[in-house]
Amino acid sequence: MLLGLQGATVRFGRRTVLDAVDLDVAEGEIVCVLGPSGSGKSTLLRAVAGLQPLDAGRVLLDGRDQAGVPAHRRGVGLMFQDHQLFPHRDVAGNVAFGPRMHGADRREQAERVRELLELVGLPGAERRAVAALSGGEQQRVALARALAARPRLLMLDEPLGQLDRSLRERLVVELRELFGRLGTTVLAVTHDQGEAFALADRVVVMRDGRIAQSGTPLQVWQRPADAFVARFLGFDNVVQATVGDTAADTPWGKLPVPEDSPRGTRTLLVRPAGVRLVPAAEGLRCTVTARTFQGTHVAVHLQPRDAPRLQAACALREAPEVGQEVGVAFDAAEIAVLG
Amino acid sequence: MPAAFFAVFFAYPVAAIVARGLKADGHWRPGRIADVLGDGGVRHVLWFTTWQALASTALTLLVALPGAYVLARLDFPGRRLLRAVVTVPFVLPTVVAGSAWLALVGRGGLLDTLWGVRLDTTVWAILLAHVFFNYAVVVRTVGGLWAQLDPRQEEAARMLGASRLTAWRTVTLPALAPAVAAAALMVFLFTFTSFGVVQILGGPRFATLEVEIYRQTSEIFDLSTAAVLTLVQFAAVAAILAVHARTVRRRERALRLVDASRTARRPRGATQWALLTGVLLSVAVLVLLPLAVLVQRSLDAPGLRYYRALSSDDGNIFLVAPITAIGTSLEYALAATAIAVAIGGLAAGALARRDAGRLVRGFDALLMLPLGVSAVTVGFGFLIALDTPPLDLRASWILVPLAQALVGVPFVVRTMLPVLRAVDTRLREAAAVLGASPWRVWRAVDLPLVRRALLIAAGFAFAVSLGEFGATVFIARPDRPTLPVAVTRLLGRPGDLNYGQAMALSTILMLVCAATLLLLEGLRGRTTGDRTDPTGEF
Repeated sequence: MLLGLQGATVRFGRRTVLDAVDLDVAEGEIVCVLGPSGSGKSTLLRAVAGLQPLDAGRVLLDGRDQAGVPAHRRGVGLMFQDHQLFPHRDVAGNVAFGPRMHGADRREQAERVRELLELVGLPGAERRAVAALSGGEQQRVALARALAARPRLLMLDEPLGQLDRSLRERLVVELRELFGRLGTTVLAVTHDQGEAFALADRVVVMRDGRIAQSGTPLQVWQRPADAFVARFLGFDNVVQATVGDTAADTPWGKLPVPEDSPRGTRTLLVRPAGVRLVPAAEGLRCTVTARTFQGTHVAVHLQPRDAPRLQAACALREAPEVGQEVGVAFDAAEIAVLG
Repeated sequence: MPAAFFAVFFAYPVAAIVARGLKADGHWRPGRIADVLGDGGVRHVLWFTTWQALASTALTLLVALPGAYVLARLDFPGRRLLRAVVTVPFVLPTVVAGSAWLALVGRGGLLDTLWGVRLDTTVWAILLAHVFFNYAVVVRTVGGLWAQLDPRQEEAARMLGASRLTAWRTVTLPALAPAVAAAALMVFLFTFTSFGVVQILGGPRFATLEVEIYRQTSEIFDLSTAAVLTLVQFAAVAAILAVHARTVRRRERALRLVDASRTARRPRGATQWALLTGVLLSVAVLVLLPLAVLVQRSLDAPGLRYYRALSSDDGNIFLVAPITAIGTSLEYALAATAIAVAIGGLAAGALARRDAGRLVRGFDALLMLPLGVSAVTVGFGFLIALDTPPLDLRASWILVPLAQALVGVPFVVRTMLPVLRAVDTRLREAAAVLGASPWRVWRAVDLPLVRRALLIAAGFAFAVSLGEFGATVFIARPDRPTLPVAVTRLLGRPGDLNYGQAMALSTILMLVCAATLLLLEGLRGRTTGDRTDPTGEF
């Protein structure tokens, strides 16, 4: 393992920000830590970087304990949320900073700067002032600066957080391609699930300083570990249910469940695609309270009588009007019994 | 209106000085300058003025920069108190500072009685008193910015392989450099034109230009030499201010500033603890000790004898009891504050407008002149310009408050301007869209945001007027001395009783100034999200 955290714990006063976290990152792997703000994900990065001392536990890099190793000797890179480019240096001065600190001579520095600006798609930007760059350009320069120091592990703190949506979606693809090509080991944190799923080989969901779930994007998406993870991923149809052999008792009535589901009192997730709209006479009777256009589909918000709200996804042309009475049927394939 | 005020009460007196210095028998004599400067004594004064200012500046930076760091970046109990304490000397009258240091290092002073060490005949007393005075200038100007620098800039450098020291040198120092330069220039300016401190601690051996001007005027009555010296000083100060204006403009480069309240951390590691201890010790020795000794000396007689002597008017050098100086000082200071706030407020209002042209912005620099162009110049100018027709104010009481206001206006402008500029136009627009008339917009948006700054400005003008010495000593009437004037006169007399009374009056003056400052700190503390620092924005 390139990076290992063992029982890493950080307390701010009485508050435990990082609570006995165990995490491994293999060479060449891209791991995304996902969590709401205040879940301790930035502290995790700072602890690995050596900017935040641990109150308990260990940080291992290449199997060696990093206690007592100062930040600048750990050989890890950290791209800050707001980039933290040095305003008194131009683009080349920023990118060359790492090589300079590692004793590269001027010619090597210039060569490395040229190479990296090329790599991030800003050739010839050496002499530009950082204040004159756009948000996306600053992000590229920050990436070039972090890569120029040749870190064995690159950490990204909300790498695309401040950019607008279309730029973010484009850059996330570029980043993944770039890291794949360079074989960079990456540990990124973000609160944006789309970003995490697009970028990562493995997603780690954090909650209140602990790891709530860890797995491939597909695993996490298909089978959230618990109600918290499910809701954080944007699923609203989450209820307590008593699961039997082929069906579960829920406030929405008897719902079919997949065959190999665990039995007993469980949390049940119904993905919006599993909520099928049928004529009002059939199935669970609901009133349409709102509908929002989501690009590829329409999210329909439904209010059953005496039961929690439901969200359904359906094609634009089939979407009912607000106020209309509809019936709801459930699809076992889109229902998951959690933890 | 502010322009007219400055024309009459600043430009006109200065012009009168020029005329007095260079005109003889109705003819211009530019050769006078060369004559005066050729004099060995004058050259000696010039040399001393310059080198002591350089030495004071270097020493102040050396002592105060660690203080700036500690107050900006370390979080410890009593931090706010320490901040307030180091600022006290800055608003103290120079005369009080002088007597405090006299009580510490002078004849019969604390060091004398303990170890027989006297510094009042050496230049060290002056240098140390200058450090005492200007510590706050460095701490506030540099520390204020330091506290707002994003610590993650340094962390970013460390992640790229820079050690702690290298990260500081390559990232923080370049960001701080303009502020350090501005603070250094300010300290140089204040020490270059130092008057009260040198007057009291310098003895016969050491004199700055400022002291020499006073001596030429009031002891030798050589007004034309004094006028030439004033011009020399004027030129030097203008040059320093020009350089200062340039550094300030350079400082306005885009820096990544964050909320100062979130950058300080508990001290960690031996180095930080050592720095904290060192700063606390140096503040104790350089700031608290002189003030404590001052108070102790004033009480150093049975039954508060020195304080009781203040209210008797027999056998002393005044026509009135020294205690009346308190009332006089307060009256003058209140009048001066009113004038300074009116003039300074109007000037700041005009300067804050976004469409202000070059001419107006030039006026900005001009406003700083009275701050640097020494009080003695102002007083001397008043003396020779306003005692003859067309404008004869010699007999009027308003003369003293006018001079004091002139010195106070730059403080008012410096305090008000950033706040006025920071009022977000969109707030006004929001109020207007909600249906407020322009007058209601001003009352509902501008006034509440500015009111506190206005109070702070008034407080500063008050403290400055109260301690004003250089100008007042020229123009105060003998029967109506202000506190600082009374203190120097008492110090100029032999005898324990006079010395003790001087210490007692100084103590009273110090308490009034310190109380004003603490009140201001309280006001400032409650200002949320307001980054302006009344003493940091020069």
